[in-house]
Parts: sequence; C-alpha cells; structure tokens
Amino acid sequence: MSDPVLLINVILLMIAVGAAIAAMWTRDLLGAVMLMGIYSLLLAVEWANLFAMDVSYTEAAVGAGAATILLLTALTRTGTREKAGPNFHPTALLTVIVTGAMLIYGTADMPRFGDPQAPATVNVAPEYIAQNVGKVDAGEDGPENDFGDHVPNAVTAVLASYRGYDTMFETAVIFTAGVCVILILRPLSPSARRETAQSQEGA
Amino acid sequence: MSDSVVLRTIGGMLFPYILVYGLYVQMHGEIGPGGGFQAGVLVAAAFILHALLFGKELTDRLLPTWLVDLAMSLGVLLYIGVGILGLVKGRYFLDYSVLDPTHPAHAEALGMTLVEAGVGLTVASVILTMVRKVNGESS
Repeated sequence: MSDPVLLINVILLMIAVGAAIAAMWTRDLLGAVMLMGIYSLLLAVEWANLFAMDVSYTEAAVGAGAATILLLTALTRTGTREKAGPNFHPTALLTVIVTGAMLIYGTADMPRFGDPQAPATVNVAPEYIAQNVGKVDAGEDGPENDFGDHVPNAVTAVLASYRGYDTMFETAVIFTAGVCVILILRPLSPSARRETAQSQEGA
Repeated sequence: MSDSVVLRTIGGMLFPYILVYGLYVQMHGEIGPGGGFQAGVLVAAAFILHALLFGKELTDRLLPTWLVDLAMSLGVLLYIGVGILGLVKGRYFLDYSVLDPTHPAHAEALGMTLVEAGVGLTVASVILTMVRKVNGESS
C-alpha cells in the first residue's frame, strides 16, 4: 500500500461496491436511485483516476446525470416504495455468481494492468497515440496549420474520423430511440381519447 | 416546479453556466476531452433543471416541442449530409477533405466539428424528449 494512487483507487472502488449493494438492499426506490447516482459518480472519478477522461465525462454526464433524472421522473409516476416481497431470489443470485465467475475466469488471460507488453498497447495504440489516425497528409510543401496535421484529442480523432461510420450509426440509433419514445408515449388523438373514455364508461 | 427560493435562485444562476459549459465541451471536443455526446447530455441536463425549477410550461415556451423534434432529425441529417457532400464532390463518403480542398487539416477539423455538432443536437433533443415524454406531456 505504498502507492497512494492505488490506495485511492481501492477506496473508491470499495465505496462504489458499497453504494451498489446498498442500492439493491434498500426498499426506498428514491434512495436506490440516489445511490446509483453516487455509484456512477464514483466510477467517473475512478475513470478520471485512470486517465480515461472521455469515459469519465460520459459516465458523469449520462450515468450520474441523465440516467438519474430519467429514473427520478419515472418514480414520480410509480411511487417510491418497493412492493413487499422476498428480498432473496436464489435464481438471480445463481445467475450473478455464474456470470461473475465467468468474467473473473476471463480476466485470468488478460495482461497485467499497465503492462507495456500487452497486445492492446503494442499493436494499434502507438498509431493512435502518434496520431497517425485521422492525420491528413498535406504534402511536403503543404500549408501550415495549427494542429500539426492532426486533431489533438486522439479519442475524438478515432471516433469522428477513423470510425466515422460507427459514430454516424450510433447517432442514428439514438435518433431511433427518440422516435420510439415519441411514438410510444405520444398523446392520444382526440377520437382515440373519446373511444377510451366511452369504453371506460361502458365498463 | 420547485417552491424553494434557494433552489430557484441558485438554479437560475447555474442554468446559463451549464449551457455555456455544454457549448465549451461541444466546441472543444477535438482538442480536450468531451465531444458531441457529452455536450448534448449537458445541454439537455440544463433544460431539465430549468423545467424542474421553473415549471414545464415555461421551458416549453423557451424550447417548444416542435423545435426539439426538428433538432433531433437535423442532427442526424447534418452528420449524413457531411458524408454525402463527400460523395457529391466525387470523393468518398465522410471524406472531410472536400470541405476545404486547399487546407486538408483544417477541413478535417471542420468536418469533425460539424459531425460532432450533429451528434450533440441529436443527443440533447433525444434526452430532453425522453424526460418530457416520461414526465407525461400527454396527461
């Protein structure tokens, strides 16, 4: 425990696991949503600690921000107490244990954390870091530019240029999700509303 | 809508700063961390905060539903439009260099900025739409 960064990482992960367990345990759904927000925020700090700034941003904005707000909005419609029932589900526990065991078994083959000889760091990563990806060859006597022929953030260079198709279809997927929400939760048309009212009166 | 004076005052002060920070993340995506997706979520969060504090009606007047729906499709169209521009100019799909043939590196940065703006528009309006719809516009 001489490494302070490692110590901070371990403490953060322990609090995150604690928050996750508490979120499962509590019967107060409002508290559970808040605990999940805390869990996401802690993970965001953890990502920042591992120098994954873009992932950290996304985790903080989506996990701690948007997802929490969506769940809270849903809670205003459902009520904040969980239905009484058994707190222990053997099938769920078994599924989680089996999946977890498989994941841990899978990590056994993975290289050590920060290993300079890991396949991920020797094959394509140098290309990304040298920023040859998304680099534009302006030629020998090409015009000067501010960026030295590449975009400074390697992550954006990969996402927006090298994998432009990928990001385009991701955007299309998000758009489709928005359209689906509009179609499913749209207000009823006046005639449909009248029919619903009539059927309720009849029943 | 919140009745708390403290929340409404502080929230009202924070609202423009969250928007500006969202725009910063959007425009700065190719230099620092962040990009269209994160910026979109931030901008949506600013408007959700506004709706929570000052009521849905005021936010709806500020940002009507038809405008959000329009922005949602405009974002995707902007992304695909940049791609198709490459085809029209006789290059590959999503070839950013057609934007500024004399200055390919600047064209690259411009292309990424446009594409990220598309992502940001779509993400912001989709998240805003989701929260609004779940919040029950219909009832």
